[in-house]
Amino acid sequence: MNSATVRNLLVRGMLAGLAAGVLALVVAYFLGEPNVDSAIGLEEAHTHTHTHGDAGADAGGGHDEEEVVSRSLQSTAGLATGILVYGVAFGGIAALAFCFALGRIGRFGPRATALLLSGCALLAVYVVPYLKYPVNPPAVGDPDTIGKRTTLYFLMMVLSVLLAIAATLLGKRLAPTLGTWYATVAAVAAFAVAVGLAYAFLPVINEVPDDFPATLLWRFRLSALAIQTVLWGGLGLFLGELAERLLNPKAVPSEPGGAVPAAR
Amino acid sequence: MAQHVAQPTATDPFVPAALPLKAIAPWAVFFGILMLILLYFVGAEQGATSVFSGTGVHEWVHDARHLLGFPCH
Repeated sequence: MNSATVRNLLVRGMLAGLAAGVLALVVAYFLGEPNVDSAIGLEEAHTHTHTHGDAGADAGGGHDEEEVVSRSLQSTAGLATGILVYGVAFGGIAALAFCFALGRIGRFGPRATALLLSGCALLAVYVVPYLKYPVNPPAVGDPDTIGKRTTLYFLMMVLSVLLAIAATLLGKRLAPTLGTWYATVAAVAAFAVAVGLAYAFLPVINEVPDDFPATLLWRFRLSALAIQTVLWGGLGLFLGELAERLLNPKAVPSEPGGAVPAAR
Repeated sequence: MAQHVAQPTATDPFVPAALPLKAIAPWAVFFGILMLILLYFVGAEQGATSVFSGTGVHEWVHDARHLLGFPCH
């Protein structure tokens, strides 16, 4: 019975992730792609050191000589594949985290739990690593350091998620003595201090060329943040709605009519 | 008085019981790993490391990798 509930929530989480991925794809196509195109235009304007193909294997060839995948495919089908798979994968992970969180993080129903969880996930999975290692458009970044940058980025992401989980457990432990409010404040403060220490001790990466336009970099990074905000916000709302309908089937249909919610 | 007890207010949230950890664990382990493999292929394959040789996967998800925040190249 409980195992079936977990399975049902997992399936719903992946569907919610797919739906949120579609919303994020719209934002990515209309807000993000123009910036990618501008950056690639700049990259092609001076093709000297920046090889666009891959890291090292054919270090001689830029992507304009031999295109493996055309730009029009990259910006449509390729973009859709990446974002939808990302959405489904994080939808599944969020659903599993939701199964753990439900009924354990305070008196929240399924919808509030899902939105709270996805908001925290946006911060821990994306915003915290992003503030240390911000996203870069094409033409920014030295292909020779891709290994180091990938390692540091994933390290920051894993560290941030583990710290967020630790802060949640700390808050739960402090709640009986400090009360919910002060326990939450203390846990968030502990998280902020730990993240600050990680920021201070992890190496800085800045490979933005001197002549790269600051406004384009800003717009690119802002559009990347918009994509993630829409993705995680949508995921939280969709997962919460589907979970509420699964776990509390009597209450939901009566609510849109403005009727009093059914008992418990 | 009796009516007060019978009528739940709108501020009464529906709080479901926590699911037992034993029921979640097998799903979390198996699907957690599966989802992380999916993320690896979107985020890092044929960039820092490669399971498959070539640049097809990298080039296909190129734009998504840039816009989702992964170091691309």
